[in-house]
Amino acid sequence: MRVRVDGAEHVAERGQTVAAVLLAAGRGSWRTTRIGGRPRGLFCGIGVCFDCLVVVNGVPDVRACQRVVADGDDIRSQDGAELPS
Amino acid sequence: MRRVVVVGGGPAGMAAAKAAASCGVEVVLIDAAPKLGGQYHRQDARESGDRFKLPDGVEHLAESVVWAIEPILEGHRVHVRTGPADGPDRTGRAIETRALVLATGAYDWTPPFPGWDLPGVYTAGAAQAMAKGQGVAVGERVIVAGTGPFLLPVATSLIDAGSRVSAILEANDPVAGFAARPGGALAGWTKAGELAQYGAALARHDVPLRRRCAVIAALGEDRVEAVLAARLDEDWNPVPHTMRRFEVDAVAVGFGFTPQLESAVAARCEIEGGFVAVNAAQGTSVPGVFAAGELTGIGGADLAAAEGAVAGAAAAKRLGAKVRAPIGAMRRARVGRRFAAALAEAYPVRPGWRGWLRDGTIVCRCEEVAYGEIRHAVEDLDVGGARSLKLATRAGLGLCQGRICGRNVAELASLPDAADAFARRPVAVPVRLGELAEDVPVDEAP
Ligand SMILES: Cc1cc2nc3c(=O)[nH]c(=O)nc-3n(C[C@H](O)[C@H](O)[C@H](O)COP(=O)(O)OP(=O)(O)OC[C@H]3O[C@@H](n4cnc5c(N)ncnc54)[C@H](O)[C@@H]3O)c2cc1C
Ligand code: FES
Repeated sequence: MRVRVDGAEHVAERGQTVAAVLLAAGRGSWRTTRIGGRPRGLFCGIGVCFDCLVVVNGVPDVRACQRVVADGDDIRSQDGAELPS
Repeated sequence: MRRVVVVGGGPAGMAAAKAAASCGVEVVLIDAAPKLGGQYHRQDARESGDRFKLPDGVEHLAESVVWAIEPILEGHRVHVRTGPADGPDRTGRAIETRALVLATGAYDWTPPFPGWDLPGVYTAGAAQAMAKGQGVAVGERVIVAGTGPFLLPVATSLIDAGSRVSAILEANDPVAGFAARPGGALAGWTKAGELAQYGAALARHDVPLRRRCAVIAALGEDRVEAVLAARLDEDWNPVPHTMRRFEVDAVAVGFGFTPQLESAVAARCEIEGGFVAVNAAQGTSVPGVFAAGELTGIGGADLAAAEGAVAGAAAAKRLGAKVRAPIGAMRRARVGRRFAAALAEAYPVRPGWRGWLRDGTIVCRCEEVAYGEIRHAVEDLDVGGARSLKLATRAGLGLCQGRICGRNVAELASLPDAADAFARRPVAVPVRLGELAEDVPVDEAP
């Protein structure tokens, strides 16, 4: 499968989560906080903490640790609170 | 229609579904993950197929999240969305039942410390889930810190996934703890053999285990570059002049688990000491609602499965099925609880962690509320309860709905009512406005 991560093409395996694809791509963080603009990535790993938010196919606030990638997904870092595009 | 609804597909939920189905009732099992197993039996998501098979008569709704539970006349309506997590294209369904089994499990409890909001700090469960479920190591050089036997499988999984584990820091001194117990209460524990295997694997990889030590700060600009570890006294206060720096790119922190309570709170079940209160048949205070697994106490997968089997049988009985008393499972649950109590005693949480915080340390990660703000609210604003503290500081009002900070804020502010106050989450996970507006089919109870 092929997905895009902030514009760059990456190979992904079936069953992988977005978080796994991002970590495998060497990314430790993929969003910034609303108030302090601080970087965040994976924390709890099981859908509880909402730290790992990312934009998938134009839809923000997707938990990267919960979302399983689909072929052609467009994954983008999230900058604070974003509106759907 | 005779139908039991089970929420959660871990050891407890799977056992409940099997037990109920074997009594001849229909079962719907709902779980957020694509595959069965929950945390303990997490499967590699990249492999095709499911290792677990539920009996005929069980409908498994995978990738399905229960976002609300609504009490109705003589039962509950369970609101479900099925499809890619947090996506806008999920399908909705509401299922009514007179016999509801809650088996939603637990998640890591993490005490805050300076730098714990840096990328590169992970819960031990996250490191475990990524290694087991995705084959990904969260770091190249990782330190594992916290307390409890769970740290050993986490370190082993990290090594299997390709990490170098610098050390395991155990905040307690469990050897002294075990020795202090007359009769060695953990001697017959089934997990003892499993732990010995992890111990041997870690010894082969020269991973040192340091007792009475903890990571008390993570250092770095935009991600973890190193951590500070210290020796702890009995109350977990850092011993002066024992600070040591470890150069790592990740730290996995595991101090135990907190139950995932919101479904039970939404069903109006009584909570006692932070867990769902149940009787010997796993019945909660609400007729027709049963709870099993770590929701009712932290005790590991065997205990969760035993409780699930009891709950499933009790739920089937509630629907009028002929049920033989699950005496074996009830006995296993009793034994399991005894070991759980012994374990809790060997790996307690000590109050000294509060001293690791600085005024600028983030406590609520979602709303970015620092320890100093919470102190100010408690000392100068005279907030009396969880609600006023939340409104004064915003702690607990973010997207995670206080799952991560609730227990910490409660302890730091010495609030008595907090466990329940922070677990009231009528909408368990965010749903999109379009989804709320949608008309969904309702499977009605008889
Ligand atoms: C991240 C993590 C990793 C762990 N790994 C191990 C390990 O490797 N070894 C070990 O001995 N112990 C492990 N544990 C401890 C573990 O909690 C228990 O031993 C055991 O899995 C508990 O079983 P359970 O059935 O009570 O809950 P779980 O196994 O946690 O199962 C609960 C299930 O409920 C589902 N769920 C929760 N809420 C909802 C909802 N609203 N809608 C739909 N589904 C929902 C979850 O997706 C999950 O599958 C881990 C714990 C965590 C938090
Ligand atoms: S890492 Fe916590 S929700 Fe994804």
